[in-house]
Amino acid sequence: MADTHAHAHHDHGDHGEHAHHPTGWRRWLYSTNHKDIGTLYLVLAIIASFVGVGFSMMMRLELAEPGLQFIHDQHFYNVILTAHGLIMVFFVVMPALIGGFGNWFIPLMIGCPDMAFPRMNNISFWLTAAGLILVALSTVVGGGAGTGWTVYPPLSNHTFHPGMSVDFAILSLHLAGAGSILGAINFITTIVNMRAPGMTFHRMPLFIWAMFITAFLLLLALPVLAGALTMLLTDRNFHTAFFEPSGGGDPIFWQHLFWFFGHPEVYIMIIPAFGIISQVVSTFSKKPVFGYLGMAYAMASIGVVGFVVWAHHMFTVGFNVETRAYFIIATMVIAVPTGIKIFSWLATMWGGSIEFKTPMLYAFGFIFLFVVGGVTGVTLSNAPVDMAFHDTYFVIAHFHYVLSIAAMFAIFTGMYYWLPKMCGKMYNEKLGQWQFWITFVGVNILFFPQHFLGMAGMPRRIADYPDAFAGWNMVSSSGAVVSLVGALLFFYILWDTLRNGAKAPANPWGIGATTLEWTVDSPAPFHTHEILPEIKAEPAGHH
Amino acid sequence: MIKSRWMLFLFVLFSAGAIAAGAHAEVIGAPQPWEWYFRTAATPVQEDLIWFHDLIFWVEVVIVLFVMALMIYIVVKFNAKANPTPSTRTHNTFLEVIWTVLPVLILVVIAVPSLRLLFFMDKAKNPEMTLKITSHQWYWSYQYVDNGGFGFDSNLIPEADLKPGQLRLLDVDNRVVLPADTEIRLLMTSEDVIHNWAVQSFGVRLDTVPGRINETWMKVPAAKIGTYYGQCSELCGVNHAYMPIAVDIVSKQDFQRWVEQAKTKFASADDAAPMKVVQAETQSSIDAR
Ligand SMILES: [Cu+2]
Repeated sequence: MADTHAHAHHDHGDHGEHAHHPTGWRRWLYSTNHKDIGTLYLVLAIIASFVGVGFSMMMRLELAEPGLQFIHDQHFYNVILTAHGLIMVFFVVMPALIGGFGNWFIPLMIGCPDMAFPRMNNISFWLTAAGLILVALSTVVGGGAGTGWTVYPPLSNHTFHPGMSVDFAILSLHLAGAGSILGAINFITTIVNMRAPGMTFHRMPLFIWAMFITAFLLLLALPVLAGALTMLLTDRNFHTAFFEPSGGGDPIFWQHLFWFFGHPEVYIMIIPAFGIISQVVSTFSKKPVFGYLGMAYAMASIGVVGFVVWAHHMFTVGFNVETRAYFIIATMVIAVPTGIKIFSWLATMWGGSIEFKTPMLYAFGFIFLFVVGGVTGVTLSNAPVDMAFHDTYFVIAHFHYVLSIAAMFAIFTGMYYWLPKMCGKMYNEKLGQWQFWITFVGVNILFFPQHFLGMAGMPRRIADYPDAFAGWNMVSSSGAVVSLVGALLFFYILWDTLRNGAKAPANPWGIGATTLEWTVDSPAPFHTHEILPEIKAEPAGHH
Repeated sequence: MIKSRWMLFLFVLFSAGAIAAGAHAEVIGAPQPWEWYFRTAATPVQEDLIWFHDLIFWVEVVIVLFVMALMIYIVVKFNAKANPTPSTRTHNTFLEVIWTVLPVLILVVIAVPSLRLLFFMDKAKNPEMTLKITSHQWYWSYQYVDNGGFGFDSNLIPEADLKPGQLRLLDVDNRVVLPADTEIRLLMTSEDVIHNWAVQSFGVRLDTVPGRINETWMKVPAAKIGTYYGQCSELCGVNHAYMPIAVDIVSKQDFQRWVEQAKTKFASADDAAPMKVVQAETQSSIDAR
């Protein structure tokens, strides 16, 4: 158990809430406070999710039956599937998990007053917000970008997308990427230099480990994306030929660069989720994490190996057989540390005294569904089988199980778990559990049949499909409606909590919640840990 | 005597039927309503692929069921009511070694057949003929480089022009016709953006990339003579959903007959200039290779 002196700050900390800081719009625009910036990121993710989820609902409604229902312009369908991907990845999952929870809880959990570079934190957020505006514009100016979120040339080059839309999408990713790089530098500096006295690396909570590893992935992967995007931008506007075969370039070069970023990006979205799930499983089982060091180094090795497997997204581009053989083996290696994580979570719960409150339900659901999405990943890692599945709905089902379900479930887990700390009020437990079950049932009806569609060979990214695929598509679309009910109920719960929620104690979760954020008041005062807590004993899970 | 005459009659009837069926080949490789498994395999590659997929699939089913069983046990035994005092155990070296080593062994069991199949499906060993496939926005063109070099475009039949029995979004004006029992090399490239020539029953799914020529192969046994469908499987623009693939696999003799007809048919229809240009381009790029 962690043994801290954090309550000491109450003696001096009263001025914290009344400290001089700007109010009104200035408080948010000029904010350098990690909690306010975390809140801004969460609000950004919520706003972006209205758009991103709205687009996915449009796609599912269009696909409910064969033939064209209401999207008569196929290009418009391509535009919304592109925007859905970009918005969900860069402006919902990343801002929520990394910018939102990371900014809120890294300083609170390592016991320091704020992030290392508060002003840089501000610009990180506003770059991301500007990116969201640009990606939204990319759907309306210049005809819209119908390239898919992968933006493969030649389809994305000037010949096939002559309008400004792709340039807007590129600049959007440039801005969001720059914001994320600055954020990553901030996270790394904070975690390396500002841990409370006594909190050695091997005593950090697993959420901090997760954010630390994620920050390195961001720092190494995003510059590669930025370089690739710049080349695409000059190909489009200044007649360079990096990806132009007629000028000596190669479209496959783009795919290598994109996926060198894109595969670590997958772990950028899921490793923070691992961190949240570890905290919640330990808290609600009232047990320290089982195999703490194994868990930390499993995440680190997933991060490292994640950089050398990128071309498994490209098994059908036609590169030579030995290259494919290497990428099969390298990709399968990742299953080993992932398995360690799954089994360690199960072992953490084993022998526990588990309270199935809403965050724990979500964590529990995460673990099971991540296993389902994980094993289909093993299927797809085998290039020969990928010959049956590449660019079919099987791939859609796989990555929505690990992203739409698992990463979104981790966001819900974190929201329910930390909401009392962030807003000082308790959500309605009964409604929370209803929300979990509705969402759980909805996403499974939505995505499980897509495995069948993939087996039957239905290609992705089409607005109309051969009539034989109608049955499962209708099932999938009805699942989307159920999921939407779950999502709307979540927003109601959020509103209800802020308006009517009961006052939350500093630690609403009992003896299992041993990390430092539960030692400060709820809501967390504007300034916290002004007197550094001292970590005397080993943290959860390490003896 | 009467009986055998009847037999003869039936035989003639049957043969006539078979020939007629040959003209309108039986559809084997089309998607079926509520299908949740692979279409019929037509090539040894796809047969092996399905066998190998099933191997992985059952391993994964066992893993998922195992995890599910553990989770149900946890819910029943370790909820706060059933187990008020949590244990404090955080380590078990033996367990941790087991759940690291066992997955490694399982992955080795999967990797061996995976690599074997990968090398098997890569390229034809002794190709008897070559089909050249070129993608365009939004249709396919095919060249029979070993059969006189004729070629043709293959376009979707619009919904309004469909005849009874033709499949919406799958049937095309000119189907690819290929002989059974023949090892066929497929060469693919693209004239504009990246597309993907995918016919599931053949186990073929390969990107067509401008500036590159990709190679794969197929061989359908005579027992699997029939019609197979596929669709473009790489986002290629507005009409990505409207460039299907339809392949008739016929006997070797029927194929020769078809080639003779096709040579004249497509030679005359071919005067449209763009087709020739494409042909010349791709021929020279093959030579260059
Ligand atoms: Cu295409």
